[in-house]
Order: sequence, then structure tokens, then C-alpha cells
Amino acid sequence: MSKFRVAGRGRVRHDAPVSFTFDGRTIEGRQGDTVASALLANGTHLMGRSFKYHRPRGPVAAGSEEPNALIGTRRGKGQYEPNTRATMQEIWPGLTTTSQNKYPHLKFDLGAVNDRAYMLFSAGFYYKTFMWPASFWDKVYEPFIRAAAGLGVSPTEEDVDTYASRYLHTDVLVVGAGPAGLEAARAAASTGLRVTLVDEHAEMGGALLSEPHVQIDRLPAWDWLAEQIAELQDMGVKLMTRTTAIGYYHQNMVGLCQKLTDHLETQPHDTPRERLWRVRAGQVILAQGALEKPLVFDGNDRPGVMLAGAAQTYLNRFGVRVGDEIAVVTSHDSAYHAAFDLADCGSRIAVIVDTRALVDDALVAECARRGIPLKRSHTVTGTAGRLRVKSVTVNAVEGGHVGKGRAYKCDALLMCGGWTPSLHLFSHTKGSLKWDADAQTFLPDRMTEACQIAGAGRGLWGISAALQDGATMGAEAARALGRDAAARALHAAHDRPGTGASHTELPTDQPASRAKAFVDFQNDVTAKDLRLAVKEGMRSIEHVKRYTTNGMATDQGKMSNINGLNIAADALGKPAPQVGLTTFRPPYTPTSFGAFAGYHRGDHFELTRRTPIDGWAEDNGAVFEPVSLWRRARYFPRPGEDMDAAVSRECRATRASLGIFDASTLGKIEVVGPDAAAFMNRMYTNPWDKLAPGRARYGLLLGDDGYIRDDGVIGRLADDRFHVTTTTGGAARVLNMMEDYLQTEWSDLKVWLTSTTENWAVIALNGPNARKLIAPFVDGLDLGDDALPHMSVTECTFMGHPCRLFRISFTGELGFEINVPARHGRAVWDKLIEAAAEYDITPYGTETMHVLRAEKGFIIVGQDTDGTVTPDDAGLGWALGRKKADFVGKRALMRPDLVLANRKQLVGLLTDDGETKLEEGAQIVLDPDQPKPMVIVGHVTSSYNSDAAGRPIALALIEGGQGKMGETVHIPMPDRTIAAKITSPQFYDPNNDRLKL
Amino acid sequence: MLLIRCPYCDETLPELEFAYAGEAHIARALDPSSVTDEDWRDFLFIRSNAKGPHYERWRHVHGCGRFFNAVRDTVTDRFLTTYKAGEAKPDLETLTGDAR
Repeated sequence: MSKFRVAGRGRVRHDAPVSFTFDGRTIEGRQGDTVASALLANGTHLMGRSFKYHRPRGPVAAGSEEPNALIGTRRGKGQYEPNTRATMQEIWPGLTTTSQNKYPHLKFDLGAVNDRAYMLFSAGFYYKTFMWPASFWDKVYEPFIRAAAGLGVSPTEEDVDTYASRYLHTDVLVVGAGPAGLEAARAAASTGLRVTLVDEHAEMGGALLSEPHVQIDRLPAWDWLAEQIAELQDMGVKLMTRTTAIGYYHQNMVGLCQKLTDHLETQPHDTPRERLWRVRAGQVILAQGALEKPLVFDGNDRPGVMLAGAAQTYLNRFGVRVGDEIAVVTSHDSAYHAAFDLADCGSRIAVIVDTRALVDDALVAECARRGIPLKRSHTVTGTAGRLRVKSVTVNAVEGGHVGKGRAYKCDALLMCGGWTPSLHLFSHTKGSLKWDADAQTFLPDRMTEACQIAGAGRGLWGISAALQDGATMGAEAARALGRDAAARALHAAHDRPGTGASHTELPTDQPASRAKAFVDFQNDVTAKDLRLAVKEGMRSIEHVKRYTTNGMATDQGKMSNINGLNIAADALGKPAPQVGLTTFRPPYTPTSFGAFAGYHRGDHFELTRRTPIDGWAEDNGAVFEPVSLWRRARYFPRPGEDMDAAVSRECRATRASLGIFDASTLGKIEVVGPDAAAFMNRMYTNPWDKLAPGRARYGLLLGDDGYIRDDGVIGRLADDRFHVTTTTGGAARVLNMMEDYLQTEWSDLKVWLTSTTENWAVIALNGPNARKLIAPFVDGLDLGDDALPHMSVTECTFMGHPCRLFRISFTGELGFEINVPARHGRAVWDKLIEAAAEYDITPYGTETMHVLRAEKGFIIVGQDTDGTVTPDDAGLGWALGRKKADFVGKRALMRPDLVLANRKQLVGLLTDDGETKLEEGAQIVLDPDQPKPMVIVGHVTSSYNSDAAGRPIALALIEGGQGKMGETVHIPMPDRTIAAKITSPQFYDPNNDRLKL
Repeated sequence: MLLIRCPYCDETLPELEFAYAGEAHIARALDPSSVTDEDWRDFLFIRSNAKGPHYERWRHVHGCGRFFNAVRDTVTDRFLTTYKAGEAKPDLETLTGDAR
């Protein structure tokens, strides 16, 4: 056994050795150890390199606030996690761990040259250092920053674990299962309330786990703890360990992340790795305790320098001495007890340095009894040692003067600068804090949620006070929920609460510019950086924080915030409360993306909508594309065809004979009621009164700002019934907009709106042979041009199914759209394909649809419009019912800006060489030789190779474009500038002769 | 996640069922053609951006589908009340802040 392991001490199983690896070295720990405690038991403090200076670092804490000891853990393929806190990761046989931020080795690191270049890396160095010369950016600065950036290494494999998500409703949620939390849970549960108690550690107990000498109700602390947990279980309290309350949200919702398998050697197949709980609680009790503050002095980050309370935890909970020869520097009583406990277990205490002149007599006597040298009114001005602290320099302070230093040999240095209530979750609720001058810290003030704070979280130190306050707050919460509750009083003996003083940097005789006195260990921010930030003009603590990055690492400044504030306030010459704290934000500790994603990954990330004909497309080799949530067939390549070849063939076949297209995704809204026509008149730009039943019309929908929102063909089936179609992506938005106006502006109209998108399968047939194909399937209906002219709709029976048959065209060819109930869509499609063999029927996809419509100059809302295009801009002024008193958007079309002559207008573009296909989104200029930055007059919205035009065609929005027909514009590209002529957007059959077949 | 009372369903339900729909009590003129350019601009674009109680519209989009109004404090995010579309603006003095 390692000489640092103390037999019989702590809660680890001394009879159960567990082996794991750290940087390839096999380490033996004990069941119940964390990675940090096991490494410390083997005499290893060096666990990683720091973020910026690559300084050697060891653990400074023993809990989730740990800034330094971040490791990579690997459980198997796809199960690597960077930045795991070694202080929280439990060990199990076979666990593989690695140190971080080192190259090539942890003990010899090339990046540590940054440490020598300390002066270059001071506050704001990003903003200052990389300014010039500009040519250095690509070749030198950016590669350097990229190589140096980041904590640890991101995993590259897909995460193979599963993550779960649950809701929980509870009367009282208690966060933190230390003495206060345990008593709060008990008090609330004893009134019959449903109580949930959570703790981030592997076992409950909090501070009690580190203070076994305390006696509660005449029982040793750990016996009392075991009894309490059993009793809470009996009372039906839901107990959750390894569960972190990551965020406190509105109306008492608390997010919990429960880790279920990271501590297990064998992972059960049916258990998720983590479970994210959304808890809605009647009352929340925050019993999160307090975090110990480091002291700020030169070399306070060397491996072996750690918080006194952490050393006490390693000894009493894990049975590990953190060193043989230990020095202590403190401004608070609590560090003495860590020293005494360690001395009683065989470590030699080299010296206790107390910055205070007056120290409690009992503590002085205890020092004397153990022969521990005590230096009051002294300071620490430096440490030595490369990979581990070897000595500490101690100086007397007299009347503000720092005397000559004396070095004490040590292999560990414990520090304690007092305690800070852990109020992160409370801050999430925007609960306000007030400065407590006595405790030199912020305490909770005004609550915004149904919340109680118990114990050290509100500045009450010691086990006795925590127990009492927990019981009181538990009863308080129960009373708030209407229960009759009383707090019990417990007696705790051997309690060791204490008092202390607060410091900025410790007094020193060293020049301030040389000191590397760290405030934020994780982001490598020193006291000098903070003072420099203030000197350079930062006044707000929020600016100081961002300029120095103090408190911005993954530990969110759990240890650094108060020290940072005190130093910034001192530099500003203002009292701390006037400077104020920065904002804590969720999550409390880093939380995996997997936990947040939960079930919503892979196929479950987003649903895929499929049409009734999707299966046919899949069977016939369609290449799909997503269109909003739908997957649509984009084209149907034949062997050897690429997209261009397939689309060209599909276009040609449709115009020559017959194309078939699945248009089922079109949005469909049934507008019904005695006021349906009046409603349509108000919603859409077009006039609807004179549209007879059986006729259809292209409808244009604007916002009240006058810009195009949506379009689609609308058929009138009866005086009181319209079949409205919308764009595929716009269906939900249009229905929402219609409902909005109907419910809130025109609630007097008798109209009902129903989404029918998924009720109808829609098959579009386009081409000169379209009528010939479908005529035999329509019962007793004349499909001739007189009976069913272009832009009409009829209800009929098609292949025996009820059908709404539209004669419309989005291609410029003779076209029909067959709407049959969705469940018959596939059968109708199959039969049409079979019957149409003689017409060389060609299935086509959205890409061909886009080309065919562009050849006709038909817009696609959202592609050729961008939310700033009016009907006149788009050349759709003919669709405005100008005689109507009102429609949505009409008033705005008269606004001065919307009638300017030089607005961007939709035009056609033909490249001068007749061969170049423009890039969609490319910018357009008038003069290609003008100096940069050029004046942009528009952009290309659609661009295709057109089989019908025999050349590439494009649509574009160009300032005043409709008045520039025939003029040449230029499209600058990275390699050349392309010239193109402005034309009409109709490239094919401008007189619409082909519709009249 | 907020809990919101739908005044039509008379139930308090999670925010996930609702969609925000902008500031409330901005009536569209009955005869827009008689509105000046400035007033129409204000109707379209100018919002109060209140710090504190804010009259706003919500839709119970994954429930009954109705649009309704609410007073929410934009500082605390607390709903002071919710009420049916068409009802008068509630008097802020009488609101207790417990629309749950």
C-alpha cells in the first residue's frame, strides 16, 4: 500500500483494490476513490497542464468546482470524454484516463514556452498581439491560435451511448444532501409531502463525509448519516445521487443531470448513460453549501498547492494524505483543522502561516500541543518546485511592511481564504444578492421563486447551524405548501465552525509585475491581469471579466469570482458591492450534449414527412431532398446519369409528351363558410367575388407590410368553399396567419379553416398528352378545353375515387392536378404509370419542376423573393385587386418606399456567352471596373440549364431591372467576371400557346 | 419553462404548447386607406418594447388553437394574467402576478 494511504481512514473499501490507467500507467486505488484521490494516494499531484501557459497543475479542490485536474476518460469506442473532473470521476477496473494540454509529455511540455513569454500573454493579449503585420494572420497567428485553443481534445467518434429525458413533479426539491439538505428533506417529508433530494456526489452527506469526528444526537456523524438516509427512504423521499442540478428556471423548474453509468465497470445494456430531468417543484430548497476561496500569491498554482478543505476531504473521506511535509497558509480558522487531522495521521506540519494577528486561543493551544510552528501576521510571497511544490517562502508583515522571507520545505501547501456561499442556482432565478460586510461575501437577498436557502448557502457556518437551518427551512417550505410543520432541534458535538479575514492578493515584497498569482486557474488569469484591465480603462466588472476571461472557463469562476471581484474593486478604488458580481448562467457544471439532446438524435432529431407516393419514388431510384420537413424526390436518374443529365431528360420528356410529378406536399387549406369569399378577399390580393365555382385562380398572399408571403392556386368549389393551396414550406405559416386575422381582426366573419395538406394525394400530369391519359379514368366528364379550361377545378370520380381535378399548370404545358384521398394516392399513381406506357410517361422531381417553372418565369416564394419583394417588384402587379377597398398588404403598397422606381425587380438574365450557368446568390454590378467595394445592384435568385431554351437561364432581382431590358450587367466571381443581359423572365412560350391545347 | 394559463381551456399548461405572437392591443384599422403613412408605419413596426408589464399575444397553438392576450413582466418573465382576445386591457393595479 502507498505510504499516503491511511489505513482504516475514510469511506473507501481498503480491502477492495481497483486498477485503472492514467497516461498509460497502471494506478491502484480503492473502491470508492475518485481518479484524483487515487492518484494522490500514489503521491501524484501533477494531473494536467494549464490552458494558456501550459503550467504543471494538480488538483486544488476535491469536488465539482475543480479547475485544474481535468482529464480525458475513455470507456470504449465512441465513449471518450474530454475535461472530466478527476475529482468527480469514480474509478473502476479498466478505466482509461489521460492528462490534457500537454505536448509531448505531461512532465516535459513544449507549450510551456508560453509560460516564459508571460509578458506577451497578459490581459487582452488576443486583442493586442495579433494586430500586425496583417500578412501574418493566415500563416502565423491563426494556425498558432487554432493549435493552442481549447481545453482537451474533442471526441471525433460518434457517441455510442444513449441519453434519456424525464419529467418529475414534486412538492419539495432539495438540492444538496449535506447536513442542511438532509434535515430540510426530513422536515418537509415528515408532513407527508412528496420530497426529492439530489446530490452531485456518489453518496449523500456533503460536509459530513469530510467531518467524521462530529457527533450528532450522540451518534458519530457517519452512523447518524446512514440512519438518516434509511429513514428518508422509509418516508418515501426520492433520493438521487450523482445528480447535478444544472439550472434553475422559471416557475420552479429545475434541470437535473443524473449520471447513471460513468462509474460502472459493466454497463447495463438497458440503461442510458445520463438522464436529464425537468423537475417542477412546489418549493425548492437550495442547500448547496459553500465553496472555499483560494489565496492569491505568487506560485499559488503549483502542483501540491491546494485548498485546505480539499486536503481534509481527501484525508477523511478517501483516507489519503496529500503530503508528508505540509505547510498551511490561511486567513480562516477552518484550515487549522485540516492541519490537525493530517498531523494526527502522520504528516508533518512544517508551518501554519496565518495572515491574521489574532487567532483563537484554542487553535493556538492545539498547535502548541502538536508542536506545529505557527506564524501569525505573516504572509506567503512565493513557492518553488517545477512539477511539485518543494518549498514556500514565508515573510513577516509588520505595519504594512513585508519583512525578509524564509523558505520552508514542504511537499504540499494548503491554503484557505475563507468560504463563499454557493449561490449559482439562486442567481439563475435572478434572485438578488447583498453584500455582507462581516462575512465579506454576498448573501442571498430577494427571492423571485418559491425557494428557500439553507445552511452555508446563506452564510451559516458549521454542522450545527446547517442542521438547524435545514430543519427550519424544510418546515418553512412545508408551511408554504399548507402543511403544519415544526423543525426539530439536533445537537452536534465537536463542531468546528470558524471565522476569518478576507484578502485581495497576499502582501508581498516581490515586484507585482513578476508575480504569477493566479485568480482563475482554469483560464490562467492572474491578479496582475485584473489590475491591468482596470488600468487600461475597464470599469464594469462585466468588461473586466471579458477582457481578462476571469470566470469564463468551464468552472464558471466557482473559485475565482469573489477574489476577482475583490481585486478589481480594489484597483477601481470602490467597495466590492458597488462593483457587483457577474452573472452566473446555467449549467452549473459542464453538461454533455447527449444529456441535452436526449432522445432527439439520429432519425429522432426531426421527423421526416413522406407522401403516399414516397415508396414508389424510393423503389424507382429517386434522389431525395428535404423541403421543410418533407423529403421529396429531386430527380430520377437512369443508370449513368448525373443530375444535369436526368433533369434535362425529364424536362424534355415532359414538354414533348408527358411528365408525372408527386405534388402531395403542397399545403392545402379548406376555407369554408358563408363569409368565405369575403375572407378570401381580405386575405389574398386578388378579387374573389367574381370567381365562379368551378374556376381557379393564382392567389398571392402579402403581409400587412406589403411583401410577398406566399402564393398558390386557389379553386372555388362552391359559393362558400375554397380549396386553397400554399407553398410546401408555407402551409403552417399561412394557416397561422389566416387564423390570426380571422380570430383577432375579423372575428365577425363566419369562416372555418381546416388544414387538409395530408388528406389529399396530389399527382400533377403535365405535357401535351396529359388529357389523353386521364380522360378514360374520369367518369362522365368532358375534359375538353371549353368544358374544363385552363384554371378550372371540378369534383369528379377518378378511377372510382372521389377527386378534385384541377386544370392548372406550373410548367407551361397542358396540365392537370389530380387530388384523391391520400390513402388512394399510391394506387392511382401506379395505375397512371401503367396506363401511360404508350406516352413515354416520365416521372420527374423537384429539380425538373424548378427548371420548367423558371423557363416560364414563375416565381418560387422564398427563392425568388426574400421577404422584401412586393407584387410589382416580382412582376405580379396583375394579381392585385386594385379596386378592392382593402386586403392584407394593400395599404403598405402605397408607402413611399414601396413605390420607388429603383426597387429591386425580378428579371431574366442570359449570360453573354450563352454557355455559363450563373451561381444562385451571385452578386450583380453595373460597372465591372469600379473600385472595390463595388456597388451591388442585385443578385441571382434562380439559375438552371434550360433544355427548352437551349442555354442556361437565370432569374435575378436587380434595382430598377424592369426598366433595364436589354442592358448588360456583370457578375464578379472569384476567378472572372461574367457579363449577362437583362431580359424578360419568360424564356419559353411567352404567349402561353401550349396551355391552350 | 414557463407555465401559461390558456383563458379558453382554463388550464395552466407548459410553454411548449404555446407560441408567442407579438405585442397585443395593436388594432388593425378598419379602413386602412384612411390611415396616414406615419400611422401605418407605426402599426407595422413600432412596438413599446416595455421593461416591466407587457401586453402581448400568445396562441395555444398545440392546444385549442386560440389566440389570447397576456400581461407578462419582461423583467421577471412572470405572467400577471391572461385573458381572451377582444377583452379590455386589464388594469395593472389589480393584477396579483399569479396567473398560474
